[in-house]
Amino acid sequence: MPTPLILLFYYTASKVKSQGEKHRAALDFHSKVWYTISVHEILKLVIFLLEIKELSWSAPDGRKIIKDLSLTIPNNKLTVITGPNGSGKTTLAKLIAGVETAESGSIFLDGEDITPLDITQRAKKGIGFAFQQPVRFKGITVKDLLVLAAGGIASEDKLNDVLLKVGLQPEKYLDRDVDAHLSGGEIKRVEIATVLLRSSKLMVFDEPEAGIDIWSFNNLIDTFSQLKSSTDSSIIIISHQERILSIADEIILLRDGDICEQGKRDSMFPRLFCAGGEDCQCPNCIKGGASE
Amino acid sequence: MSEVNGITKQLLEIVSDFGGKFDGAYNIRQDCQSVARQSTEHIKIVNKADGKPGIEIHISPETQDEKVYIPACITQADVDDLVYNDFFVGEGADVIIVAGCGVHTETNELSRHSGVHRFFLGKGSHVLYVEKHVGEGADDGNRTIDPVTDAEIGEGAVLEMDTSQLGGVTSTSRKCHIKMDKEAKLIIRERILTDKRQTASTDFVVEVNGEDASVNLISRSVAKGNSYQEYSSKIIGNARCTGHSECDGILAENGKVSAQPSLIANCKDAELIHEAAIGKIAGEQILKLRTLGLTEEEAEATIINGFLK
Repeated sequence: MPTPLILLFYYTASKVKSQGEKHRAALDFHSKVWYTISVHEILKLVIFLLEIKELSWSAPDGRKIIKDLSLTIPNNKLTVITGPNGSGKTTLAKLIAGVETAESGSIFLDGEDITPLDITQRAKKGIGFAFQQPVRFKGITVKDLLVLAAGGIASEDKLNDVLLKVGLQPEKYLDRDVDAHLSGGEIKRVEIATVLLRSSKLMVFDEPEAGIDIWSFNNLIDTFSQLKSSTDSSIIIISHQERILSIADEIILLRDGDICEQGKRDSMFPRLFCAGGEDCQCPNCIKGGASE
Repeated sequence: MSEVNGITKQLLEIVSDFGGKFDGAYNIRQDCQSVARQSTEHIKIVNKADGKPGIEIHISPETQDEKVYIPACITQADVDDLVYNDFFVGEGADVIIVAGCGVHTETNELSRHSGVHRFFLGKGSHVLYVEKHVGEGADDGNRTIDPVTDAEIGEGAVLEMDTSQLGGVTSTSRKCHIKMDKEAKLIIRERILTDKRQTASTDFVVEVNGEDASVNLISRSVAKGNSYQEYSSKIIGNARCTGHSECDGILAENGKVSAQPSLIANCKDAELIHEAAIGKIAGEQILKLRTLGLTEEEAEATIINGFLK
């Protein structure tokens, strides 16, 4: 076996051993005894950070919103999940973060089954989540919230830097309460900053563009583009926005609670924005999942 | 300060940031009597001229950036302390008054501190009045703090009252009656935390008598356990003025809050607003903090601490 492949195997198998009691692989490094490990699982662990298997969730009124959905999120890539209104995008994001609990199915993060973990535990495992509609806190300042996000300690430089990344002037915002005195767009940017500060393995942003003005949106696109190239994290963005889709490595189209199609941006993007109009009948058109 | 006992020193650290000594003028009241006092060039503290228990604080006109501390502590059970303190603030003075109260008891016999404070703010003066209340000692201690504040705010003067009850007080009744002259400004920030079977009531009455005066009342309360809080405010606009009253309450466990805000406009140019919100901690707030790695209990404590900050 070529050396790089052996190293890859050792690395992956040790990862599996430490993390996955549910995985079939194991490796005894002392006796150098090899156990069976499927090549498929090795590749999945190396390539994918998150794997979802047959996930289902219903609304309190009984409507099934997520239907036996399975997908994989690649390591160190920016994945945009898009789809029509009501297709289950936000619910899926909440299920990943543990904000909602799945009825059935499994979620694996870095090879570990995190399905039984609650929100706090998933956050500690490395999932960051930015809500589509951030909440407000009376008496908690932007600085307080950012320091909490950073784990209790953050230098002034770090706080300033993250606020600038989301288009907020630190000197104007750090001491302001995260309450009704901040506009919807301002509070949204603070929300995004809390996730950027956490250095998570997986960052999930639910419609980060919602409520943000065009100037701040440009700034946000730059931030996500830079983040993509500068971080080891995987990024999931729930979005309809063409410009966000355009910076994706991978696009997942959700429709009616399940994956309609998943692929590289270059193959998915032109078909999402086919010029053929709403009633386009061209065979490859998958439009309907995104809007300009 | 040799007569200041250990319990008082501990209470002073909580209610008036006592670091072993006070810089500036002070009067420390312990178990119904003054045990330490110091006047300064611009701030004189003397016994009340009318013979009632308490002190008069005379602040010279144009006194700038000075502090005066007048904390009161009760360090044992079965003490009933009633004190009258009068503050005369000269024109143009700008001072901070720190007036905390701590009650420590180890048995369930009642101990009470009732402080009746009267303020007379001269033209153009500015007072920041900071008052923290705390109860310490045995869980079943019976501790009562009943403050009364009467103030007359002169032309262009500003009174900021920053009051907080940090916990451990079995019952409290705060009464506040304030009269405002023209261009006067009043800001009251009140924060109250109750737990177990504690009760707290607040009764603010503000008469805005001068033109272009403004008042802003902000009350935040957290009622935990089986505690009960009552908030009543009345802003009376007798002239062209602005008034704003905001009352927010968080309920935890079986806590109850009653808010009765009232606005009376006796002048067509009086602009008075009230906002009130009472409810449990929003589930979304807990969820957000949990996505930052906090447990549910840590999230709740963070929200309450911030709210009462």
